[in-house]
Amino acid sequence: MLAGETLAAMRAERLVFARVNLSVTPGEALLLRGPNGAGKSTLIRMLAGLLRPVMGRVLWDGSDIREDLGAHAGRVAMLGHQDAVKPALSVAGNLELFSQGGMEQVTAALVAMGLDRLTDLPGRLLSAGQKRRLALARLAVRHAGLWLLDEPTLGLDDASIQRLGLLLARHLTAGGMVVAATHVDLPLPSCRVLRLGS
Amino acid sequence: MFGRLVQRELVMAFRHGADTLAALLFFLIAGSLFPLAIGPSPEVLGKIAPGIVWVCALLAAILPLDRVFGADFEDGTLDQLLLSGMAPALITLAKATAHWLTTGLPLLLAAGPLAIMLRMPPAAVPVLLAGLLPGTLTLSILGTMGSAIVLGARRGGVLLPLLVLPLSVPVLIFGAAAADSTAQGLSARPELLLLGALLALALPLCSVAGGVSLRAAAEG
Repeated sequence: MLAGETLAAMRAERLVFARVNLSVTPGEALLLRGPNGAGKSTLIRMLAGLLRPVMGRVLWDGSDIREDLGAHAGRVAMLGHQDAVKPALSVAGNLELFSQGGMEQVTAALVAMGLDRLTDLPGRLLSAGQKRRLALARLAVRHAGLWLLDEPTLGLDDASIQRLGLLLARHLTAGGMVVAATHVDLPLPSCRVLRLGS
Repeated sequence: MFGRLVQRELVMAFRHGADTLAALLFFLIAGSLFPLAIGPSPEVLGKIAPGIVWVCALLAAILPLDRVFGADFEDGTLDQLLLSGMAPALITLAKATAHWLTTGLPLLLAAGPLAIMLRMPPAAVPVLLAGLLPGTLTLSILGTMGSAIVLGARRGGVLLPLLVLPLSVPVLIFGAAAADSTAQGLSARPELLLLGALLALALPLCSVAGGVSLRAAAEG
């Protein structure tokens, strides 16, 4: 289980948020809401262990993630602002490095995001929405318990949002956790909401 | 994971062939400017040929460095690499390996012909290459560390040579000295051993320093 204790973040000498507490248990989804600049992305990066909190701790099963960042990295799959799609690599080639289950898993993830017909296309030919879908497919090739999503629906069409919903539902049913920063409602059966910047 | 990252980098370098070839062409062109500027006299050229080859190799190896981590930092791949579970020091080492295979190795292959073109005595060429092998490896790991350190800095591209060139001075000194010793009929063994020692020192230290810099860059 993931927990945050009295977390605070600074950006250029300015306090972004403080005293944020949260907890996520297996099979549960937490949505981060709040206006632009409220620190949703900052909190996502903090939970991933990429950003050090200026105050407070992020806990995994009771122990601070900063004690073993490598182990935490193995539990986390993150979808950031940027899609991290390499223009020179094919759609499948982009996922290969991150796959923990070989090519079969890459194919399954591409099918789940409706990219299976573009497998051999180089990344530079993808549209913005297709790149986003490829970045989402990267989540599915990792055996990670915790998914951290920063605006996952950005640039997605309706059909892709449905696919994302299925992907999230499958992850949650399997006992996974989701923390998502979003401005629009995600297609999730149930979730808790944490408001930042209010 | 290490092997897959190196392989991925190689595929990308192959697809961006022009970028990869640029360092090699720079090496050959910069090297062939010297006879034009100094004059074609074999005595003078042959004497300074090892120095020319070494300086040109050093500058050519630095050319593609700002893209080693720069592109990954800008497009979000660096975050994904850090979250892949691979130790940051290993990421640095994998990137350095790919840099050497795409830059150091071609330079090593081109150095022989360039040295002969500069009228270096053929007997001294094997020693020059024997020095360039650990030398280019050391430059790759030093440069990759530098590339990680300047991530996120404004004008990182300018800062990078200022950081890496002074650090590579020992490599340059022992590398050129090895070739010189042979030309004077002495054994180049001490210099070559020192180059090996520099590599053995740089590999772990620069990997760890580069890994720490990658984490710091992700925090920025």
